[in-house]
Amino acid sequence: MLEIKDLSYQVEGEAGRGLDILNGVSLSIGENKLVVITGPNGGGKTTLAKAIMGLVRPTGGSILWNGTDITQMDITGRARLGISYGFQQPPRFKGLRVRDLLALAAGSESLTREEGCQYLTKVGLCAHDYIDREVDASLSGGEVKRIEIATILARKGGLMIFDEPEAGIDLWSFAKLTETFQAIHRRREATLLIISHQERIIGLADEIVMIGDGKVAQHGPREEIFPQILANTAAGCSYLEEA
Amino acid sequence: MDQAEWKLLKEIADLEKTPQGAYNIRRNGQLDSRGNTANIQILTKTEPGKSGIDIHIKPGTVHESVHIPVIISETGLSEMVYNDFFIGDGCDVDIIAGCGIHNTGCETSQHDGVHTFHVGKGSKVRYVERHYGEGPGSGKRIMNPQTVVYLEEGASIAMETTQIRGVDSTKRETKIFAGPGAEAVVTEKLLTHGDQSAESDMEIILEGEGATGRVISRSVAQDSSQQVFYPKMTGNGRCFGHVQCDSIIMGEARVSSIPAIVANSVDAQLIHEAAIGRIAGDQILKLMTLGLTEEEAEEKILDGFLQ
Repeated sequence: MLEIKDLSYQVEGEAGRGLDILNGVSLSIGENKLVVITGPNGGGKTTLAKAIMGLVRPTGGSILWNGTDITQMDITGRARLGISYGFQQPPRFKGLRVRDLLALAAGSESLTREEGCQYLTKVGLCAHDYIDREVDASLSGGEVKRIEIATILARKGGLMIFDEPEAGIDLWSFAKLTETFQAIHRRREATLLIISHQERIIGLADEIVMIGDGKVAQHGPREEIFPQILANTAAGCSYLEEA
Repeated sequence: MDQAEWKLLKEIADLEKTPQGAYNIRRNGQLDSRGNTANIQILTKTEPGKSGIDIHIKPGTVHESVHIPVIISETGLSEMVYNDFFIGDGCDVDIIAGCGIHNTGCETSQHDGVHTFHVGKGSKVRYVERHYGEGPGSGKRIMNPQTVVYLEEGASIAMETTQIRGVDSTKRETKIFAGPGAEAVVTEKLLTHGDQSAESDMEIILEGEGATGRVISRSVAQDSSQQVFYPKMTGNGRCFGHVQCDSIIMGEARVSSIPAIVANSVDAQLIHEAAIGRIAGDQILKLMTLGLTEEEAEEKILDGFLQ
């Protein structure tokens, strides 16, 4: 269970005035739920995800994972508690091969080729073409992104956070990816927190959290929130209305 | 040989016992042991004032290896060694060289070596050279290798040089002349730390039609160490050459990377790339999200980079 209490993150804005990126976010996410976080760009979704992983230090509030207060814990400590985060724009590594990265993620030097290949297949990559390749600039953005997601699968953490997993991924791989999320969810293997704007991913959610202006604008079951989002999107845009 | 000396051999040549095939182990400036095979003969140089060996490899010798490690465990020993390789036509051989210095004293131990390779037509040579230094003494450990390679028509050399830690000062000079259809691939890996300094001066001259050259240099400079690279590729005819230098800089280190490409023919196709940068912060963060500590993450990134 993930509990976020009154979380805030303030940075110095123009003229030295405080700028709220997160402003009193409180959320409770039950075990093995699939929750999609959505909302406008710049609303604070990625900052919230990074704060859970420890990549961003909040200026107020607290985060609890399975009852343990992790607010002051470093990234490594949180990772070892089973929290994982797939970067929106993953880094590349000269010299590290895909299989090295998967072995690190799995926490096992002895990760077999077969096991490594299975994770790649789950994100729509033809495993044998990729397992020995370096995670360097020779890979496209979509390929790196899928390898990133594969590392989260290999980690088998209790909390998997994905930051716009669909970005840069082709349609065919995307279909495979949604199947993978569905399978993890069906087997109740992990709590999934997915930042996404994709209808098909939103369609998988138990709950939807709408984040805007650093606050939780809405949070509830998909059936309840999704129709509202669709209605608001159309109504909120005068151009669409005129058209 | 004592335990420390065997450890040096393990580090530089991965040897735990007398090697198979031809070998020549030089220890503290003297011949320690030697083995010849039916196809490979090693002879001590007879010219006065010139220490070293001549290695003769018969034409058509395939799947054989020559180990010629040098170890120095005596503090204050300084030597200059000449090794000449005469490799016949149509060979396919591995040559494993390397130098290890274990310095327990306060005087400088130094190994300077000049290796010259004459590679016959169509022959393939893999040349591996590892440099390693250790020891509790305050004496410096210095190595200055010079390598000169002449590749005849269709010959190739894959040269892998590695120096990871322990060598206080090195000045490396490499010159390769590639004949028609010949291929030279040089992979250089270097890690300096403390106040070490390293300089690598390299030139590949693509003389013949259809010659190719490739330099892949990866280095890490830590603490206040200094590195200078001068890889140069010269094309005199229809040829292809590629120079790629990548360095990771850390702490107070300084790195200069000065690649050069020279075309003396309209048909020479030459490319160089060079990059120096620190470890990207997001690389460390990514590995930390996989459960590694910051130090472990840094180590993994450097290991991978120099792999």
